[in-house]
Amino acid sequence: MKVVLQNLTKIYPNRNRRIKKDVVAVSDFTFEIPDGKLVGLLGPSGCGKSTTLNLISGLEKPTSGRIFFGDDDVTDLPPENRGVGLVFQNYALYPHMTVLENIVFPLENLKGKDKLTREQMKAKAYNAAKLVQIDELMDRRPSELSGGQQQRVAIARALVKTPRVLLLDEPLSNLDARLRLQTREEIRRIQRTTGITTVFVTHDQEEAMSISDLIIVMKNGVVNQIGRPQEVYDDPVNLFVAKFLGTPPINVFDGEIISGKLHIGGEAVLETPGVKDMPIYAAVRPEGFLPDDAGPLKCSLSRVEVMGRDISVVSTHPAFEGEVIRSIISAENAADISKPEVRFSLKPAKTHLFNRDDEKRIYFSI
Amino acid sequence: MEKKNIKGWLYLLPAALFIGAFLVYPLIDVIIYSFEEGYNSASQTFFGYGFYNFGYVLRDRYFLSALKNTFILVIITVPVSTGLALFISVLLSSIKKLRELFQTIYFLPYVTNTLAVGLVFMILFNKTPYSDGLVNVLVKALGGTAIDFINGPYWAKMLVNCVYTIWIVLPFKILILTSALASVKQDYYKAAQVDGTGRFRIFYKITLPMISPTIFYLVITGFIGAFKAYSDQVALFGVNLNAAGMNTIVGYVYDMLYGDSGGYPSYASAAALILFAIVLTITVINLLVSSKHVFYD
Repeated sequence: MKVVLQNLTKIYPNRNRRIKKDVVAVSDFTFEIPDGKLVGLLGPSGCGKSTTLNLISGLEKPTSGRIFFGDDDVTDLPPENRGVGLVFQNYALYPHMTVLENIVFPLENLKGKDKLTREQMKAKAYNAAKLVQIDELMDRRPSELSGGQQQRVAIARALVKTPRVLLLDEPLSNLDARLRLQTREEIRRIQRTTGITTVFVTHDQEEAMSISDLIIVMKNGVVNQIGRPQEVYDDPVNLFVAKFLGTPPINVFDGEIISGKLHIGGEAVLETPGVKDMPIYAAVRPEGFLPDDAGPLKCSLSRVEVMGRDISVVSTHPAFEGEVIRSIISAENAADISKPEVRFSLKPAKTHLFNRDDEKRIYFSI
Repeated sequence: MEKKNIKGWLYLLPAALFIGAFLVYPLIDVIIYSFEEGYNSASQTFFGYGFYNFGYVLRDRYFLSALKNTFILVIITVPVSTGLALFISVLLSSIKKLRELFQTIYFLPYVTNTLAVGLVFMILFNKTPYSDGLVNVLVKALGGTAIDFINGPYWAKMLVNCVYTIWIVLPFKILILTSALASVKQDYYKAAQVDGTGRFRIFYKITLPMISPTIFYLVITGFIGAFKAYSDQVALFGVNLNAAGMNTIVGYVYDMLYGDSGGYPSYASAAALILFAIVLTITVINLLVSSKHVFYD
């Protein structure tokens, strides 16, 4: 089932009554989520991603705009009639019910012709439980389960009614690091198996990039960029997206274009044909630095961090925006990095230019 | 280790002394009194030990009427007040506007003096040669005849008694229940809403189990409180509760000690122990029943 969002807008009145300005949680969101895809809604906290999820689920009503599931306009439908499964950040499992009772609960609400017999309900519940591999735990209470198991129960409960759309709110935020890796694979697998269009919300870019078919990067209620994770990473449309994606983060320098060349700290470091002369931000991915004894970018070395396969060179530069520059280079090239000055040349594909005023991307031909 | 123990006991000593002097000692004394037969408070003498006092109390028609009154009061007021408090709390929690105002109004009886409330009930229910009381005005408007609620038939007095008791205990229960309702996580309701759960089912399947420990607490303390009823009856019907036929077990104990027919600490002690046995039994039954229906996180 594809999900179409049309000019979706949600405005909250300001809670502080003295401030008359309303809060725009989601602003003019238009996008079509293709059928059967796993989509990550990504952004810093307060960017409107959870609100978007609640709008799709029907827990919140949009101020304006429409939502379609397939060809059905569901904007005015209450959540129960939309056919959505929602997994809450803290799972919201009913603590006084067993796992089986929790999973069966949505089925017991069915009325009229959809009403199921006890056996049918149980069979469906076991199917959902098998899918998320918790069918051994059906008689336990949620408090007797680990975080990861609770998460699975919550997903099973959301899936048991075979929803048209599955929504996950920060599905991994309550898990420890190892479980997080495991669970995100699990979510990917479950989504693949069921083929249900799935939208999940996260503030963790790594999480979103690793499993999503598409990621939607939001900031202050506005969609900044939508695309396949690699596309968005390689080709950010503005400085915010460039900074938000990637660990270690992108390195931002104050730079200037002088006659078709990028200058950082007075030195011409890269050919940027087709860009007119102006001050800009130059952002370089950590893997965009090439150690080069004759390289134009001269940084003072702080330290070298060995990570096995790669090494991370930590250095400083007067024109650098943040504290330290982190560059990742493969271990073979590391031998000669020990002098107080380390020189780099830049990979053009890994270097992005942004306008100083609106922070929009400035493209140059490579 | 040993030293630390002594220090701990020293800290406990003042409280332990008070509890010993004013709780444990009197309690033991009550038990001893209840078995002393033919105790004379003037000469402080008695004939011997036995169960006579219990037999006397259990055959005393004043005690039996007090027992009946207390049981009627408990059986009616505890469920009704708890249910009503729950109903009001749920309504209070579901409104947004004016909620604080209503909460204050519902809490007012709690901070109002019992005797002042008694006076208000007098105005509502009392029938004098000069006026019928507010309730009777209503009764007459609905086509009935005026009833003397304070000095009239037994059921009328019991009605006032129950209404009064419910009204007195309601605010505390509402206070506790509204905070219990507020502590139920909103996500449970959202999850239920997404699953298309009906309102009644949400209440029955989610809200009630989540606040069941609070309800259980209110029922237990409600039972104990209602069994110990006395001052409210005095506020309504005056000090001679036997004459009004509205005496309670605690009232009987008081009468046996200090009333016009008083001076019998042995009978009073026996009656107090019988009350204790009843409360204990009911509480144990409550605990047994609740272990199946109360959910603790």
